[in-house]
Amino acid sequence: MTHAVALPRHGLFEAWREAARRAIGHRIPPEEIDWTGGEGLFAADPLPDSPGPHRAHVPAAFLQLARSVIWHSAPERTALLYRALWRIDRQEGDPLSQADPLGRRLNLMARAVGRDIHKMHAFVRFRELPGAGRRRFAAWFEPEHDTLEPGSRFFARRFADMDWTIATPRLTARFQDGRLSFHPGGPRPDLPEDASETLWATYFANIFNPGRIKLEAMRAEMPKKYWKNLPETRLIPDMLKDAEARVERMRQAAATPPRPGAAAVSTRYRAAMPQAADLPQTLAEARQAALLCRRCALCEAATQTVWGEGAPEAGLMIVGEQPGDREDLEGRPFVGPAGQLLRGAMAEAGVDPARVWLTNAVKHFKFVPRGKRRLHQTPGREEIQHCRWWLGLELAFVRPRMVLALGASAAFALTGNAAPLAPRRGGMETGLHGGPVLLSWHPAHVLRLTDPAARQAVLRELTADLARARQAAES
Amino acid sequence: MARATLQDKLAILSDAAKYDASCASSGGERRDSRKGGLGSSGGSGICHAYAPDGRCISLLKILMTNFCIFDCAYCVNRVSSNVERARFSVEEVVTLVLEFYRRNYIEGLFLSSGIIRSPDQTMADMVRIARTLRQDHGFNGYIHLKTIPDASPDLIREAGLWADRLSINVELPQDASLRQLAPEKRPETIRSAMAQVRLEGEAAQDESHAGKRPPRFAPAGQSTQMIVGADGADDMAILQSATRLYTGYRLKRVYYSAFSPIPDASAALPLVRPPLLREHRLYQADWLLRFYGFSAEEIATGTKAGHLDLEIDPKLAWALQHRGLFPLEVNRAPREMLLRVPGFGTRTVDRIVEARRSRSLRYEDLARMGAAMKTARPFVALPGWSPGALTDSAGLRARFAPPPEQLRLL
Repeated sequence: MTHAVALPRHGLFEAWREAARRAIGHRIPPEEIDWTGGEGLFAADPLPDSPGPHRAHVPAAFLQLARSVIWHSAPERTALLYRALWRIDRQEGDPLSQADPLGRRLNLMARAVGRDIHKMHAFVRFRELPGAGRRRFAAWFEPEHDTLEPGSRFFARRFADMDWTIATPRLTARFQDGRLSFHPGGPRPDLPEDASETLWATYFANIFNPGRIKLEAMRAEMPKKYWKNLPETRLIPDMLKDAEARVERMRQAAATPPRPGAAAVSTRYRAAMPQAADLPQTLAEARQAALLCRRCALCEAATQTVWGEGAPEAGLMIVGEQPGDREDLEGRPFVGPAGQLLRGAMAEAGVDPARVWLTNAVKHFKFVPRGKRRLHQTPGREEIQHCRWWLGLELAFVRPRMVLALGASAAFALTGNAAPLAPRRGGMETGLHGGPVLLSWHPAHVLRLTDPAARQAVLRELTADLARARQAAES
Repeated sequence: MARATLQDKLAILSDAAKYDASCASSGGERRDSRKGGLGSSGGSGICHAYAPDGRCISLLKILMTNFCIFDCAYCVNRVSSNVERARFSVEEVVTLVLEFYRRNYIEGLFLSSGIIRSPDQTMADMVRIARTLRQDHGFNGYIHLKTIPDASPDLIREAGLWADRLSINVELPQDASLRQLAPEKRPETIRSAMAQVRLEGEAAQDESHAGKRPPRFAPAGQSTQMIVGADGADDMAILQSATRLYTGYRLKRVYYSAFSPIPDASAALPLVRPPLLREHRLYQADWLLRFYGFSAEEIATGTKAGHLDLEIDPKLAWALQHRGLFPLEVNRAPREMLLRVPGFGTRTVDRIVEARRSRSLRYEDLARMGAAMKTARPFVALPGWSPGALTDSAGLRARFAPPPEQLRLL
C-alpha cells in the first residue's frame, strides 16, 4: 500500500468519485490504495493533489452500479469499485457483467442495497409527536446498510405536508418545513405512544387468515432482523398459537342454520332479477330474453349477447355472421373493422343505418385465444341453428320487406342452404321465413383480400348489393 | 349491543375482507405530494408487512360494510350467514386510511363491500369514499376499488376516475358453478363490466382525438379473482378461463384463491384444508402464460387428467413431455426457447442473451447468472457440460419429484 484514502460518511459517493478520478488519472493500481483510510500498520501517503494526465471513461451503467454499491456496509465496497474501474479502464473483461466474478459480486451488493432501501420504505413506522401546527412524526429504524441517505427522498416526496424524522444508529434524516437535512445518528430515541398503533395491530391480527399458514413466505419477505422495530410482529406468536384452534372451531361448527329473514331478502332480490320470457311477445322482450341466452356453449366464453340494433320497423334487415372482438366488448353489432367497412359501403349506397335493422346470424362471439388476442372462429352449423331462434324472432317482430345476408353463415342461417356463397352472391333467394333474401359478401371477406384490385371489385359488389337491397325494401 | 367502536368495526370489516387475495399496489401513474396533498404512488408496489399466512399487507383492505343481500355460498358475508355485521361511515374509512398512511403502515386503500340495498347504491357509496380521499384530502396514495356486479356503467366510469385499479371477481372458473353457488351474480354482467373497464381504460390513453387529454381511468388496470377448490373445475378449465380473461379484458392479474374454511359456513361447500399447493401451481402456470410464451394448451400437455402435477412445477412437467426439444444449445438457442428451460427465469434468460453477445458462455457462468442448475442441467448443453443420456433417461422425473411417503405401520 502506498496511498490511503479517508472518505466521509455523508456525501460518500461524490467523495469516492473524486478520489477515484485522481487515482486513475495517475494510473495507480488497485493494490496500491488503502480505501479504509490508512489504519494499517504501515504509513501511507494521501493521493496526489493534482489531477493525473490520464482521463478514464466509463459506461453510464458503471456509475449507476457504483451509486448503489457505495451504500453497502461492507468496508471493501470502495476498493471493489475501484478495482472494477481499473479493469474497465484497462479493458480487462467486463466487470459489470453477471458472468464475471467481480461483476456478480458488485451486482449482488447493489441488489442488497436496493433491497435494504425497499425494506426501509416498507418498514419505517412513524409515531406522531405532540404539538400544534404542522403535524410531526418520528421513527427509529435500523437499516442493514447505509441506506438512509439514498432512501430519504422517497419519504420527502410522499410526506411533503408533514414534518418527520427518521433516526438510525449512524445517521438521522430530518424533514422540516419542506427541507430535508442530515444529522449524526445516535441511540434509539424515546418516542411517545401512538393510538393509531393499536388500530394497526387490530388490522394486522384480523386480516390474517388462520386457515392458511405460510411462515416461510412471511419470513422471506419480512426477515426477522427487522422485527424489533415493527410493532405488529409482537402479535404473531399469539396469532399462530390460536390459528389451528380457530380453524378447528370453524370445522366443528360446520354449517349453521341460515340467519332469520335471509330467505325473504333472497326471494325478493331474485324476483326482481331480469327473467327470460319463454315466448317473447315484443322485440324488447326478445332482446331481454336473448341477453340471458344459454342455448349453446358460446355464452360461456363470450362477453355478452350482441343483439341487433336500428329501426324496429325497418324495411331492410342486414344480417352478418357473428359479433367480432370489438362487438363482443361493446355489446353492439358492426362496430369493429368489418363493421366500419360495412358502414362506409352503406353510406356509399345511400343506406341510412338508423332506418335498417342490423344484426348477426349468431349473437355470441366465437373465438380462440392466441397470444394476446382473440381470433375469430367461424360458427358451426349447430350454433347457427340454435341461434336461428333469435333471428326468427327478429324477423317476426321487425317484418322487413327485404333481408340482406352478408357471408355464408348468414346465408345458411336465413335460407337453410349451406352451398358455397360465391356462385350465389348477388342472387335473390327465398328465406326460411318466407321473404326474399339477397345474398352478398361479408365485409370481413373484403378486409381479408390482399390484392387491391380484387378488394375493390368485391367492395363494389357489396355496395351494389346494398343499393339493390335498399331499393327493393323501399319499393 | 353497545355501540361498536371504530376498533370493533375495523376488526369485523378487515376480518371480512381477507378472502380477497390481491393486495398489489404496483403500476399506475406516478404521483407525489411535492405540489400539495399527501402521498405518492407509481412504480413497484411496497408490502409494508406480512401476515403469517404469507400474504403481503400493502393496502388497508377492508369492506365498507359486511351487510349483504346476496347469498353466495362461498362467502362469509352472505345474507344467510350469522356473522357479526358492521358498517363504516365515509369519514371513518377516510380517517383510517389517512392516519395509517401517515404512519407509513400502508400504500393506500383496497375497498370492497357487501351489497346493501342495491348494487348501484353500494357502488355509489364506495365511489364517494374514493372521491372524498382524492378531492377533499388530496390523497395521492393507491386506491383499489372493487366493482360491484351489476353496478351501472356511469358509476364504473366515475370509480375509474378516482381509483388506480378496479377489480371485479369472476369468483368461479365456470359459469354454471357461479350460477349455482352465487344465484344473484350473473357471469355475463361480470364480463360486460370487465369489457367496459378495458374499453374505458383504452379510451383514456387515447390522446389522438381532439388533442385534449381524456379523463384518467384506473391507470393500474383491472384484476380479478377465482376461487380454487369450491367447485369441480379442473386446473385446465381454470387456466383456459384465465386465458380468456387476459386476452379479452387485458387484465393485469388473475388471482387464484384456494377456498379456505370460513366461519359460519354454508352446507353447500366442503370445509376442507385449502389446497395451497394447487393454488401455488396455478400461479406458476399463470406466470408461464403471461411471461414465458406458453399457451394453456401447451401447459395441458404436462397435466394429469386436467390437473397440474402437484409434485413438480408446470414448466418442468411440460419439458419432461417434450424432451425431443432438449438439450438446448444455450449459446445459440432463440430467446423463446431459453424461456422454456426449467430452472431459467426471465431475468436469467435476459442475462444470457445479453452476455452471449460478447462471448461464448460456459456451464459455470450459468449459476452465477441466476439459473437453477440442478433443475436446468438435463435440458441444456454448452461448453463445459453435456447432459448425455440424462435428458432421455427414464428416471429423470424421479430426480425432481419428492420421494414417495413411506407407509406407516398401523
